[in-house]
Amino acid sequence: MATTAEQWVLVEMVQALYEAPAYHLILEGILILWIIRLLFSKTYKLQERSDLTVKEKEELIEEWQPEPLVPLVPKDHPALNYNIVSGPPSHNIVVNGKKCINFASFNFLGLLDNPRVKAAALASLKKYGVGTCGPRGFYGTFEIDVHLDLEDRLAKFMKTEEAIIYSYGFATIASAIPAYSKRGDIVFVDSAACFAIQKGLQASRSDIKLFKHNDMADLERLLKEQEIEDQKNPRKARVTRRFIIVEGLYMNTGTICPLPELVKLKYKYKARIFLEESLSFGVLGEHGRGVTEHYGINIDDIDLISANMENALASIGGFCCGRSFVIDHQRLSGQGYCFSASLPPLLAAAAIEALNIMEENPGIFAVLKEKCKQIHKALQGISGLKVVGESLSPAFHLQLEESTGSREQDVKLLQEIVDECMNRSIALTQARYLEKEEKNLPPPSIRVVVTVEQTEEELGRAASTIKEVAQAVLL
Amino acid sequence: MRPGPGGCCCRRPVRANGCVANGEVRNGYVRSSAAAAAGQIHHVTQNGGLYKRPFNEAFEETPMLVAVLTYVGYGVLTLFGYLRDFLRHWRIEKCHHATEREEQQVIVRIFDSEKSLRYTGNIIKDVINMGSYNYLGFARNTGSCQEAAAKVLEEYGVGVCSTRQEIGNLDKHEELEKLVAWFLGVEAAMTYGMGFATNSMNIPALVGKGCLILSDELNHASLVLGARLSGATIRIFKHNNMQSLEKLLKDAIVYGQPRTRRPWKKILILVEGIYSMEGSIVRLPEVIALKKKYKAYLYLDEAHSIGALGPTGRGVVEYFGLDPEDVDVMMGTFTKSFGASGGYIGGKKELVDYLRTHSHSAVYATSLSPPVVEQIITSMKCIMGQDGTSLGKECIQQLAENTRYFRRRLKEMGFIIYGNEDSPVVPLMLYMPAKIGAFGREMLKRNIGVVVVGFPATPIIESRARFCLSAAHTKEILDTALKEIDEVGDLLQLKYSRHRLVPLLDRPFDETTYEETED
Repeated sequence: MATTAEQWVLVEMVQALYEAPAYHLILEGILILWIIRLLFSKTYKLQERSDLTVKEKEELIEEWQPEPLVPLVPKDHPALNYNIVSGPPSHNIVVNGKKCINFASFNFLGLLDNPRVKAAALASLKKYGVGTCGPRGFYGTFEIDVHLDLEDRLAKFMKTEEAIIYSYGFATIASAIPAYSKRGDIVFVDSAACFAIQKGLQASRSDIKLFKHNDMADLERLLKEQEIEDQKNPRKARVTRRFIIVEGLYMNTGTICPLPELVKLKYKYKARIFLEESLSFGVLGEHGRGVTEHYGINIDDIDLISANMENALASIGGFCCGRSFVIDHQRLSGQGYCFSASLPPLLAAAAIEALNIMEENPGIFAVLKEKCKQIHKALQGISGLKVVGESLSPAFHLQLEESTGSREQDVKLLQEIVDECMNRSIALTQARYLEKEEKNLPPPSIRVVVTVEQTEEELGRAASTIKEVAQAVLL
Repeated sequence: MRPGPGGCCCRRPVRANGCVANGEVRNGYVRSSAAAAAGQIHHVTQNGGLYKRPFNEAFEETPMLVAVLTYVGYGVLTLFGYLRDFLRHWRIEKCHHATEREEQQVIVRIFDSEKSLRYTGNIIKDVINMGSYNYLGFARNTGSCQEAAAKVLEEYGVGVCSTRQEIGNLDKHEELEKLVAWFLGVEAAMTYGMGFATNSMNIPALVGKGCLILSDELNHASLVLGARLSGATIRIFKHNNMQSLEKLLKDAIVYGQPRTRRPWKKILILVEGIYSMEGSIVRLPEVIALKKKYKAYLYLDEAHSIGALGPTGRGVVEYFGLDPEDVDVMMGTFTKSFGASGGYIGGKKELVDYLRTHSHSAVYATSLSPPVVEQIITSMKCIMGQDGTSLGKECIQQLAENTRYFRRRLKEMGFIIYGNEDSPVVPLMLYMPAKIGAFGREMLKRNIGVVVVGFPATPIIESRARFCLSAAHTKEILDTALKEIDEVGDLLQLKYSRHRLVPLLDRPFDETTYEETED
């Protein structure tokens, strides 16, 4: 039946052909021929881009001159010639051949030349050698006395569930942030955050929202704005992560962050808090546990605490601590952890011994606080210089009260003060920044660091020396 | 017929431009008819005598059956994973890894995937270590290096507590930098506390927006991170493929920046000396020829090759007999061959002066710890022969012998080995996901510690076990290891090689394929 139906349709078609008007057939014939012509004609490229001949390309290649790889650095660049320290950078330091009292190294608890720490490091050196020759995943994890032990001790000391160690302080926070915050997530960060945090944020490619330094009202305003945005698009809001990144004691300003308000904001606006405690670990709090102990906040409220062991613990490296759920993630996604060799055992052993000393003498933190207060008071009222930083911060800045107008001039003036102080055996240094790379460049300043090893007499002498020199140079 | 320049193994008349008369030359391969019966193709370079020694690199093709079975294996693994997730969700199976606290769960999950890492808690003694990057054997706890480090530790302590530009620049650091500059044969050098950070903090100081970075496909994470942080445009060329690199260079100079067509400020080529996952060595003579022709700058990361290649251990530049001044930025780490930690960058004095003032590490990060510095100084002097013994020379020779012996024996046994014949990093192909874990465990049962790597560090079907040879391995140790590897290879059926060395990664480069793509 199908074939007859087909034949029937065919007959109909042929009949229709005979019955159609002539012009119709001619028009359709022309259209068919046109289509056939288009199908078989050669395709042509769009002539937008004029192709260069080989000779022209070679000429372009010959002509092109790159910039020099690095621009020439002028001989009198302030950061070109480093101060050379002969011998250990301990309390009595020899800088450029001059014997001075050290007011510039971050050796807050004086553990740099502690004999117990040195002995522990020596024992580790005799047992393991110097390097580990591998990342943590490839036979670079040593258990007894070294990496696992140190992580355990740090977690117990900070009263968190787990800790993870990095082999370099700068890389700690710079690897921790991109492990959690990815493209599309929102980060609220203080405008005075240090360079390592800025690099971590840059590597994470998240949306960065800066709020004014220590201004909780500004932060709340930004959080509210974000909430309004979220209500417009609730599906996206459900998968976007929000982070607040602050430092315990700010390196650039010497101020402390208002942690209780931050925790309240965290729960109100559903964000996570990352706390960078490089300067406050081993300094604040009754037992040296940092800002959380200082304010009496439950440490589980803070999602991640990151610190480096290069200040109070006088070793090298850094660590992050927090709940197991959070910290474990870094073992497979922290770039500075997975792709870099592990911490040399002698440095880890030194850190463990330093922790032991911290736990045995909790009195040193009160002593350090006293000394900070003392020198803060003594340095008030210098004509021409103002103290920037809180009285309980052991690392604070001395800035010019009135700037001369150009940063270069300011830097030169401060360098004169530093050099003259060095001549009178007080070792100070200027706070160094990368001028073109910082987001919020702080004004030039002299960094003063207080350690437990400085006696009251030395503190008094330092204060009076700085006063005299400032008067001589600035007036 | 005399053999052509570069020491090829065929016997055809060689034309002036280096092409073989009636064999095909594609990307440096010659199909020699003598071995055509066995279907062998070797990588032989004849670029007008750029290479002073034979460059034998081979990446055998994955057998088809093995590739199919590997995909099937991954499929089964994924399904099994979903099944267990399902069971855990419905509490049929207990969840062992850490979970988020109740009160924190109201906040959006802090990260998406949950992976867990648990330590087994077993202790096994006297394991032969074939996984650590201890190429010259300096990572030990006895000997002159360790004694010198102990003395410095007594005097200086462990920490530094300051940055290089503030008050953390010790006289030891200056001494080390002079020694490193002398060792490498460059004008000046600068050292940093961490090898990873050396790359990620200095590449942004050298290039910025408006510059172009040409980076090898298989570069290390630190180079990739440094390139990303710099803000420059990144273009990737195929692994060790010089035609791909030349094409990118030509296009970059002729067409300039995308859209604006302005000329690029600088072009920086990022390559590594030895690629640690492939075991291949960079084709440095050709890269330098290209760099000179197109006026680009070369950044050479010698993390694995310093100390391990070359007759006196000066790295890949000496291995090819080239001039260190041709490489603009020579970077390396002290972690592998020197048994310490940290990194360095060497080059002209202007470069090092610039880095001293503008490197992120000099301004914000702590300097090297003094005992570590002493370890580097002592081991470097030992390698150079300056400590009066010939220990350095012996170690280098031992490493070279070990490399050749080990690779030859493994190839004879029938395993698929990737990489250059002279590289001390030996990847042995496993392919299937189940064999990754099985190989590691079986070798540990026989007291040999190996490193096994899978996706995502390698392409998905090319998982491998990686052996790192060391000068500390004696012939007996290597023989023991080889015997065990043979046994495990038979047990797990790992001997895939059919001695058909077809170039895998370096596909024959066809000029036409690139002409047709739109920019």
